[in-house]
Amino acid sequence: MVRRGGVRRWLSTVGFYGLAVMFMLPTVFVFYWMITLSLKPQVEATAYPPSFVRFSVSMAGYREVFTKYPFLLYTWNSLVVAAGCTALGLAVGLPAAYSIARWRQQRLALAILVARIIPGIAYLIPWYIFFRRLRMVDTYGALILTHLIVGLPIIIWVMISFFEDVPADLEDAGLIDGCSYFGVFWRVALPLVKPGIVATAILSFVFSWNNFLFSVILAGRETRTLPIAVYTMISYEEINWGTLAAAATLITLPVLLVALVAQRHIVTGLTFGAVKQ
Amino acid sequence: MSLQEWFVSSLTPPRFIGSANYSKILFGDPRFREAVARTVYFTVLAVAAETILGLAMALLFNREFWGRGVLRTLAILPMVATPTAIGLVFVMMYHPTLGVANYLLSVVGLSPFRWTYSSQTALYALALVDVWQWTPLIMLIALAGLASLPREPYEAAHIDGASTLAAFWHITLPLLRPALVVAVLFRAIDALKTFDIIFIMTQGGPANSSETVNILLFNQAFSYFNLGYASSMAVALFAVVLGASLILIKVRRTASW
Repeated sequence: MVRRGGVRRWLSTVGFYGLAVMFMLPTVFVFYWMITLSLKPQVEATAYPPSFVRFSVSMAGYREVFTKYPFLLYTWNSLVVAAGCTALGLAVGLPAAYSIARWRQQRLALAILVARIIPGIAYLIPWYIFFRRLRMVDTYGALILTHLIVGLPIIIWVMISFFEDVPADLEDAGLIDGCSYFGVFWRVALPLVKPGIVATAILSFVFSWNNFLFSVILAGRETRTLPIAVYTMISYEEINWGTLAAAATLITLPVLLVALVAQRHIVTGLTFGAVKQ
Repeated sequence: MSLQEWFVSSLTPPRFIGSANYSKILFGDPRFREAVARTVYFTVLAVAAETILGLAMALLFNREFWGRGVLRTLAILPMVATPTAIGLVFVMMYHPTLGVANYLLSVVGLSPFRWTYSSQTALYALALVDVWQWTPLIMLIALAGLASLPREPYEAAHIDGASTLAAFWHITLPLLRPALVVAVLFRAIDALKTFDIIFIMTQGGPANSSETVNILLFNQAFSYFNLGYASSMAVALFAVVLGASLILIKVRRTASW
């Protein structure tokens, strides 16, 4: 009897891991394929049947990405815009979220939610006319401001719940001891919501880094970000899969690394609004 | 703006034309109507698959096992990966003659598809990319929901002789509902707005078969510079998205059995 129970448990464990692998295999495979494709020489990248494990490694794709295109400039642009958007988003979003949470400004919270719901493309037409009039197309400013439209609602929305968890007694104690409202916000509330700040900062950075829709219209030759660069490459490089895969890998790698380092925070940021209600 | 005839390229200034743009999208433009239907179809298809798959995965992974951390890491990778790059990789995988997708199908003995290269399958192939990217989100939210469930109802049900399936149907699902509805709501809103992967992979083609409202609108505004008409479409799209959100919120409130 004991032995049969052992076999059954062993079988269920094997079955569990079998299912687990089956579910997670597509996720892994797409990334694996992207990276191996970027390392294959041109002939093997388009070989049929494709080789999965055994192939000769070549850096030709990566070399081409950096020599034929100003890829470093694109990377720099992406970094500047994402960092600028995150910094500005936190500077505006943290006080906003604090005020909404502390004084229960439900209408403002709803307005933030609506901003989250409105399709990005609906913003794009007014933005486009606006920035053309101001002659701001192809500037970092235009990109940072438009990316804020995506980042800011997320920052505020997630941070409201974090600030609501800060005990009001603590803040009142600060006020009684002679702290200003800003002092309480800065010295009492902010340090307590640090995990939330990290989570939203990462999310806002990632969303800005990945943004395609706003940048494709508002970025020009000088401020082109990585997703746009890849898009323009498609039309030129229809057949050169190694180069395309190398570009795709270079764009995704930084975000994937951030995700690996800060996975706990990202999960918090992505699932917060749903679970904590 | 949506009440004006406004071409950026032309020399004539914007002209007020009342609700003509709206009557055009409502009654006179079959292409817009088809795009709306396609957008809704894409969303329902993708979100339904994501919910079922994500819930199944959450139920499977809701236990202590070796490799939990690895699983969570893997789950967030598709969500943060740049859609543009992912779309590009899928385009190469979907290639009808050289792509790895058809090769894998042939290995298991299935006949090849033309994926995004055929007007019959393009929308499904795109929905598959969305499912690949966002199923983990539903899974993570459902997992967090499952972790917060109380133990007592299950013990009571077990004593009363309820089967595992019955316990799932009568205890787990109702308790999981709030978290699940919010997850589906946010997914649906974002799926209705899907732009990047469609624009990268098919640009609405072949033969408009994957032209959602977002793509049509983008082309009207920035290929034909028909800003007034595009604006009225943007307002209509916003109405659709808002309507979907309101319906889902209402479903959540009223049907709390």
